[in-house]
Amino acid sequence: MGAVLAAVLAASLAGCSSTGGKRAEERAAQAAEGRSAVNTPRWTFAMVTHSGDGDTFWDIVQKGAKQAAQKDNINFLYSHSDEGQQQAELVQTAIDKKVDGLIVSLAKPDSMKTVVAKAVKAGIPVITVNSGSAESKAFGALTHIGQDESIAGEAVGDELNERKRKKVLCVLHEQGNVGHEQRCAGAKKTFDGTMQNLYVDGTNMPDVQASIEAKLDSDQDIDAVVTLGAPFAAAAVKAKQTAGSKAEIDTFDLNASVATGLQNKTLGFAVDQQPYLQGYEAVDLLWLYRYNQNVLGGGLPVLTGPQVITRDDADALAEYTNRGTR
Amino acid sequence: MTSTGQPAAPPTDERLLRTSPLRKLLGRPELGSVVGAIAVFLFFAIVADSFLQASSLGTVLYAASTIGIMAAPVALLMIGGEFDLSAGVMVTSSALISSMFSYQMTANVWVGVFVSLLVTLGFGAFNGFMLTRTKLPSFIITLGTFLMLTGLNLGFTKLISGTVSTKAIGNMEGFDSARKVFASYLTIGDVELKVTILWWAALVAIATWILIRTRFGNWIFAVGGEADAARAVGVPVIRTRIGLYLGVAFAAWVSGQHLLFSYDVVQSGEGVGNELIYIIAAVIGGCLITGGYGSAIGSAIGAIIFGMTSKGIVYAEWNPDWFKFFLGAMLLLATLLNHWVRKRAEATK
Repeated sequence: MGAVLAAVLAASLAGCSSTGGKRAEERAAQAAEGRSAVNTPRWTFAMVTHSGDGDTFWDIVQKGAKQAAQKDNINFLYSHSDEGQQQAELVQTAIDKKVDGLIVSLAKPDSMKTVVAKAVKAGIPVITVNSGSAESKAFGALTHIGQDESIAGEAVGDELNERKRKKVLCVLHEQGNVGHEQRCAGAKKTFDGTMQNLYVDGTNMPDVQASIEAKLDSDQDIDAVVTLGAPFAAAAVKAKQTAGSKAEIDTFDLNASVATGLQNKTLGFAVDQQPYLQGYEAVDLLWLYRYNQNVLGGGLPVLTGPQVITRDDADALAEYTNRGTR
Repeated sequence: MTSTGQPAAPPTDERLLRTSPLRKLLGRPELGSVVGAIAVFLFFAIVADSFLQASSLGTVLYAASTIGIMAAPVALLMIGGEFDLSAGVMVTSSALISSMFSYQMTANVWVGVFVSLLVTLGFGAFNGFMLTRTKLPSFIITLGTFLMLTGLNLGFTKLISGTVSTKAIGNMEGFDSARKVFASYLTIGDVELKVTILWWAALVAIATWILIRTRFGNWIFAVGGEADAARAVGVPVIRTRIGLYLGVAFAAWVSGQHLLFSYDVVQSGEGVGNELIYIIAAVIGGCLITGGYGSAIGSAIGAIIFGMTSKGIVYAEWNPDWFKFFLGAMLLLATLLNHWVRKRAEATK
């Protein structure tokens, strides 16, 4: 028994991987960890987003927010729901808890309008992140941190023109998300070729892949597919392979597999809105407001994107995508 | 024997035996869920500091009411032995119809509201007719309706308004009065009580009255218990089933109008998955999945348990990654407790 155990231990030690794995991750985490840098009171900030369960993008936002919270001595609470009414109820619970600051995303602004107004009326400073740049100010938020979805879409249209694309498919994975509609509309605006929208069920990856595959199968002229989230780019790549299409796959957002995809040319380009920055800045700006009444941006949205990332940038970013902060 | 201490009476029909109030209480289908609700309440009162605040209780009650409005007719339907998987999306459809009709026709929003009532009842009637005509399981029929409505919601909304949500109708005639009816609230001190709580109470009261005091109520139990036997003794099985689906459609209309008039814009993709929550609330409240047993009050208590659990987890500041797990565990515990209490009650009969 002991001999077996020793053998297993020896094997696992001798077979140590020099790249990646848990140990590399721990080392990276250690580097990022720190104690709070300030001695302001321990305020409680709540963040309520429209994320679905297990969304990589919002995981990165949370990482940024948590790191800023640690630095600023903040008790950080996070909750989310992809149903408008549910999200509004979650904001209401934060108001009930009398939090010291509130961060919300306004993907479904109409559902959030009343409850955000209520938070402002209760004296809770509100910062909007990600989606809702158009509504943020009217709702009484201090500022908005995110990318302007239309501008991001336009950047995609320009990039597609530069790459001489003619017929493009825009894949929307979250029905009812106004920001997603704006992205595709923005791209359509600056893009010279033809572009059509395709709705897929973002919570069902095989379905996403099958839908894109069916579309590519039926129209071999499509020479580019734009997905609106990093995980869907991978599905589009697989769909392209099975359909035998020559389309270039491009995507919004960045993660480790997109970085790899850019490096090995399975992906054309990615438009990053820097989610880490959205979480980090939101917490930090709320802290600044609490501590010093500072407001960044003068009520205008603070843009975190779009940053068009191609093969050359991907090499430099790979390290950060691997630790899950880009 | 009865507890009134009468001298030994000659043997009578057991249905005429008088039972003590306590026994009667123990035999109620919702008793177990009441115990479960108290347990959940005490749990969160201890674990979450802000749970007991008046304003928090208002929030919990609102969350419960939006589920409870639908859970009451869904409970009746389940007692009648059937399911409705289209109930969640039907709510969204109903809101979309009134919004888009009013906007496109530039009509007073009340016109849209009544058109929506007719169309939504039409969906209910469709479910009922298809069920009784084809004799397919309600699971299949309403699954079909669920998918069709999901597609119609998106298709029509995109076709008519060009985006996935409807146009704002907040500035249209009749909006304010409609909002009073479907989405107003009353502020008492720190607490905000939404009008949905009244709708909920009314629907539960009506459902309870129908179940206990009317002939239709007897038919529901009979149809859910044994449809063929019910038909043999003259119960109009078809009419009963269609009536039950109309009830669900009516409640979907109420919820849909609440959704529309609280936010004045409707997203076409919402509502998917909520049908399960309504069914869960009814089951926690003591409805048997096989039909023939349950109560409307039970569905209300099921909705309260659901509201307390889903919001209590947030008040307790638990990591949301585990949210669904806690929700599932709490629901399972509440239902087990419910089951256990009912078993005990039946054993002491």
